[in-house]
Amino acid sequence: MSNWALILYCGLITYLTRFSMIALIKKEMFNDRIREILSFVPSAIFPAIIFPAIFINDIGLIKIDDNPKILAAIIAMFIGIFSRSIIATIFSGLASYWFLIFVV
Amino acid sequence: MKSKLKVFLKGIIDVSPLMIPVVPFGLIFGVLAIDVGFTSIETMAMSLIIFGGASQIVLLQLFSGGASSLVIISSVGAVNSRHLLYGAVVSEHLSDLKLIWKIIISYFLIDQAFAISNEYLKKNKDHNRYFHLVGGGATCWVIWQSTTFLGIILGAAIPEKLGLSFAVPLTFLALLVNDFRKFINVIVIIISGLVATFGYNYIPFKAYVIVAALAGLFTAMILTRKNKKA
Repeated sequence: MSNWALILYCGLITYLTRFSMIALIKKEMFNDRIREILSFVPSAIFPAIIFPAIFINDIGLIKIDDNPKILAAIIAMFIGIFSRSIIATIFSGLASYWFLIFVV
Repeated sequence: MKSKLKVFLKGIIDVSPLMIPVVPFGLIFGVLAIDVGFTSIETMAMSLIIFGGASQIVLLQLFSGGASSLVIISSVGAVNSRHLLYGAVVSEHLSDLKLIWKIIISYFLIDQAFAISNEYLKKNKDHNRYFHLVGGGATCWVIWQSTTFLGIILGAAIPEKLGLSFAVPLTFLALLVNDFRKFINVIVIIISGLVATFGYNYIPFKAYVIVAALAGLFTAMILTRKNKKA
């Protein structure tokens, strides 16, 4: 598949998930149970992107020793929990990472 | 009745604080897309056509890992399934609108606009209240397109040594800050993360994002059910 087709299909599926409920839904189709489960979608999906990006190195292997990303991510997580700030989380993580690779 | 413009402007003002993290996110996307091998025009088209940060980053991540198109598209679909929830929640406020407005608003139904407009829609029963969502969405649209563009231009100037790609997991981590305080969410996060990490090399077709997400949702189903009985 060409890059353009890939972009178009990804755009289409993104749009359809936004449009379908607005256009088609009748309120009673979504009971509280389904709403409750859907509220866990971010917690279920984002770690699948976060964890491999931290623990898996360029050649596809799990790397625990000598991996500054782990400590930087832990620092960012705690800053995030206490500050509840998206921007503080991102910047504390990047700052710790740079400190660990350039200074330590 | 409040004028459409007034509600639209209120949407812009309300969403503004949430735009701060969108700036680095957009820059990072632009830089990475070029890095992974997309052309400038393709990169810009992704932001215009898809208009979804998480979807676009997942696309890049899997594309660079050599995943097939089918896996990329279904992973993007999985990442987007949260929009079903957003749509379901706001649909009750939009049910009187003409189809053309539903088509337009759907394009702007993004995380940030949903977060602020959901509050507004609950509190205001004005007929023009949906313009709040359009204001928030349009603001994010402008920021997202311009930072993508800047990222494309800056891409070459940013040294690889900085490891800016690490900002990707950090951005997603930041989107979960409120979930780290809830016990069931933490369990779901750990299960999904472990399945993705250990399945990375063993789950065929790079489908680890989908498999991990399903494992996480299944965990949530079991834990919330137990919760109710107790």
